[in-house]
Amino acid sequence: MPRPPRSPLAPPASFVWTRRIVLTLLGVFTFLPLWVMLSSSLKPLRDVQAGFSWLPTHLTLRPYVDIWSTVPLGHYFVNSLVVSSCSTAISVVIAILAAYAVSRHRFPGRQLFSVTVLSTQMFPGILFLLPLFLIYVNIGTATGVQLNGSWLGLIVTYLTFTLPFSIWMLVGYFDSIPRELDEAAKVDGNGPIGALVRVIVPAALPGIVTVAVYSFMTAWGEVLFASVMTDDSTRTLAVGLRNYASQNDVYWNQIMAASLVVSVPVVVAFLLLQRYLVAGLTAGSVK
Amino acid sequence: MAEPRTPVAAHPARNWARVRRAGLPYLLLLPAVVFELLVHVVPMLTGIYMSFKHLTEFFIRNWGAAPAAGWDNYRFALDFNGAIGRQLLQSFWITCAFTVLTVGLSWLLGTGAAVLMQDPFRGRGLLRTYFLVPYALPAYTAAITWEFMFQRDTGLVNTLLVHDLHLFKTAPFWLIGGNSFWALLITAVWRTWPFAFLVVTAGLQNIPGDLYEAAALDGAGTWQRIRSITLPQLRSVNQVLVLVLFLWNFNDFNTPFTLFGNVPPPQANLISVQIYDTSFQNWNFGSGSAMSVLLLLFLLLVTAVYLLLTNRRGKSDA
Repeated sequence: MPRPPRSPLAPPASFVWTRRIVLTLLGVFTFLPLWVMLSSSLKPLRDVQAGFSWLPTHLTLRPYVDIWSTVPLGHYFVNSLVVSSCSTAISVVIAILAAYAVSRHRFPGRQLFSVTVLSTQMFPGILFLLPLFLIYVNIGTATGVQLNGSWLGLIVTYLTFTLPFSIWMLVGYFDSIPRELDEAAKVDGNGPIGALVRVIVPAALPGIVTVAVYSFMTAWGEVLFASVMTDDSTRTLAVGLRNYASQNDVYWNQIMAASLVVSVPVVVAFLLLQRYLVAGLTAGSVK
Repeated sequence: MAEPRTPVAAHPARNWARVRRAGLPYLLLLPAVVFELLVHVVPMLTGIYMSFKHLTEFFIRNWGAAPAAGWDNYRFALDFNGAIGRQLLQSFWITCAFTVLTVGLSWLLGTGAAVLMQDPFRGRGLLRTYFLVPYALPAYTAAITWEFMFQRDTGLVNTLLVHDLHLFKTAPFWLIGGNSFWALLITAVWRTWPFAFLVVTAGLQNIPGDLYEAAALDGAGTWQRIRSITLPQLRSVNQVLVLVLFLWNFNDFNTPFTLFGNVPPPQANLISVQIYDTSFQNWNFGSGSAMSVLLLLFLLLVTAVYLLLTNRRGKSDA
């Protein structure tokens, strides 16, 4: 990480104290919900219902066991896993192809493509939701391909959500790979696709992994489309947990345990890769 | 950047190779274009078409048969004396207030933290990672946790305010009534500011180091460097960041929907949820579509004006 050179003068006390105070407050703000999640998930139901206490008095792991039977969590988990993995895999491949075209070729319509794709990113999801819902219902009636209420419909929908960002970020990554590598691959007898697969993809792997994690996170946490386009058999974690949490008698300890279980994989992946994400954002903002 | 070389030859096989080469980028873009068309462009056009129809639950499977509505749906949505229009207008103002506050606070916290953490100190890397946790959490788990914290009798917020700090005599409600707006705002800021932090941190790394060296030679202090170098250099990053934050929060559905469920309190009724309710609770798709189109027009207008203003100011500064 390039750093600004250290000033010969140490920062003044006012700066150091501002930094301490601001960062401490932000640290506490960030910490509170995380602590509530963790500590409540280790409490028996009776303690959670008795009012909030900062420290659990009776530690238990029961909520982590019970949650799988209270809510069909395993079922939701499988649905979310299938939908998120498939949409991520397809989306990443499509984004790699498109980004390769934009980065390595100059062709009429290149600018138009970039602008159009990026601008779809800004439109409200609610705008697409209604027509897309109706289109899926009608495709189902007309062709028998069930998109509404099925994994497939959700996969197709989610994979487009992250395409614009993925393409934009990968173009930045691909641009930073020297063209001599392409040329070398061509000398070795590779076509453009061979060069992409053998040279560019390995060289841009950090960027590709970052894009994949971002896509996965987006699909994993999406609520709006999932709430309309899933039925009982394809319900994802996002909708399943939310529906459960909005009931009157909520086992909050179990819900907190479930929230932790479904968060940990994506949070860990994200934090491991944040370095690359920063690098990708930096590369993107240069242009 | 070099053009891919196209051999100039009359040979038919060479010509074919040329066509293939010229066609290659389009072939590579094809999947992306097809899916964008299917999920974004076609539905958007369909949505505009639907907004001119009386589309209710009776016509879902055969919406071509829905009677034409002319401008009726728009008239209802914009008739601020009628029930639908009044609700929409109220929800619009709430969304505006919510967005301005969320974007402002998130930007302030994100930029503040990033700038304060620009110079290395012990534990900086760890703290950076830690601050990103809320952004990495799935949106709904964060909102569910806040929902639990805002519970009147068993939540952390009232425990803190009533029992620990004695600020209130009786425990206030947070998820219904006027307080629900603040509950929504706090939840949104908690999730959003780390993103601003992430983007500004990335932006800071693009500021050339010699600017700071020059300032140090001139004897500029830390605060002065922040004011005269760091903040102005962040201008282009901020331009994009604020726009993105604005669009995200104005369209936010996950947070209110998770926090309050299908029927949010009127004081925290964001526009996305309002349109959702019109469409899927009242089964009035025509009306919902008209509202979506109005929302899109509003967002386009704001974006255009914003880009025009910030670009012009950017130029006159340069």
